[in-house]
Amino acid sequence: MINQNQVAYLNRNIFSGFLFGLGLVAFLDEAIFHQILHWHHFYDQSTTSVGLISDGIFHVFSWFATVGALFLVADLRRRDAFMYPLWQGSVLLGAGTFNLYDGIIQHKVMRIHQIRYVDNLLIYDVIWNALAASLIIIGFTIIMKYRRLAKKHDE
Amino acid sequence: MNNQHMHDTTIQVEIVLVVPFLLALTGYYIAVVYANRRFNKWPISRTLLFTSGILCASIASIGPLANAAHESFAAHMLVHLLLGMLSPLLIVLGSPISLLLRSLPTNISRKVSYLLRLRLFQIIHHPIVTSLLNIGGLWLLYTTNLFSLMHENKLLYLIIHIHVFVAGYLFTASFLYNDPVKKRFSHFYRSIVLIFALGAHAILAKYIYAFPPIGVPKLEAEVGGMLMYYGGDAVDIVLIILLCKEWYRATRPRIKPSLQHATS
Repeated sequence: MINQNQVAYLNRNIFSGFLFGLGLVAFLDEAIFHQILHWHHFYDQSTTSVGLISDGIFHVFSWFATVGALFLVADLRRRDAFMYPLWQGSVLLGAGTFNLYDGIIQHKVMRIHQIRYVDNLLIYDVIWNALAASLIIIGFTIIMKYRRLAKKHDE
Repeated sequence: MNNQHMHDTTIQVEIVLVVPFLLALTGYYIAVVYANRRFNKWPISRTLLFTSGILCASIASIGPLANAAHESFAAHMLVHLLLGMLSPLLIVLGSPISLLLRSLPTNISRKVSYLLRLRLFQIIHHPIVTSLLNIGGLWLLYTTNLFSLMHENKLLYLIIHIHVFVAGYLFTASFLYNDPVKKRFSHFYRSIVLIFALGAHAILAKYIYAFPPIGVPKLEAEVGGMLMYYGGDAVDIVLIILLCKEWYRATRPRIKPSLQHATS
């Protein structure tokens, strides 16, 4: 079911998917919530200075993660070690992790901006973070399944 | 009378800025002719990239956009993006140093390449040094009264614009090794430094949006800040792709001899 190279590069598959998940979600966040819906604000007066720094670094990091992750996919393919289902699971884990960080640390602790500037913000926050947590759980389950498969292959 | 005088000095400053770029372009074309006589044909793509780089720098230095930049902060930011980011990137992709070394007679070429290996050049080719020169310079410009002074003093205007271009060029060249480099930093090292440097650029863009530089109206600072943020992204993504591509090529696995025919 899985070959020797795929076992050898299991972690690189996970790492690549995770990075792509982070980058993809950051990109979607920028495109959907900032540009299309205009829910998020470019800058919120209550942003802490740590928040400003975190936002800038994460913004560039997510650009880098998206590009780097896709080059890693190309690398895995040329080594005949790419595992698409495992990679997809890792994308979900990365996406969920970023959203949870964004939803709790960036929105609430650093107050970079809120999801939407409305009265019943709590509902938005709960849905946002619950979605993030479920992405993490699904992603993690898929990754564990492939880890077990790889272990079996070794034995 | 006074206005006329101001206008004259503005033109002079613009000419001083644009002439070196045009000389560099002429020099590049002459070097291509010489290099083609002695080596394989110099790729036309590099010539085109270099030409576009000079074009961007010229648009930023003289003409309607440069004029508008005296009045409007958004136009000023566009000048910054062209002169400090896009033009240096295109110029580095034209590999001017490689071309220079190819076109010169061998003994002179050796001397030049010896010169380029001097400690001074190594220092201004260190990714952290170039990041500080480039992004640090911008922080200084927009968070102190330097920006408003620049529009009163023509000499300062000239120095800052030269700095923006030179720092942009050194910055780009210290991350993309298109030309010969003596001390090569690992791709991982360069990637980490690049993330922090570009991050500092994005932070500055939002900082400008939130706290306008002295003399800039709030609304203009908001437009300028967003232009810097998203315009920066557009150039950054190219820089990131090229750095990753270099990395991808460098880590190419050794192909088994038996597979060589199948893959080539």
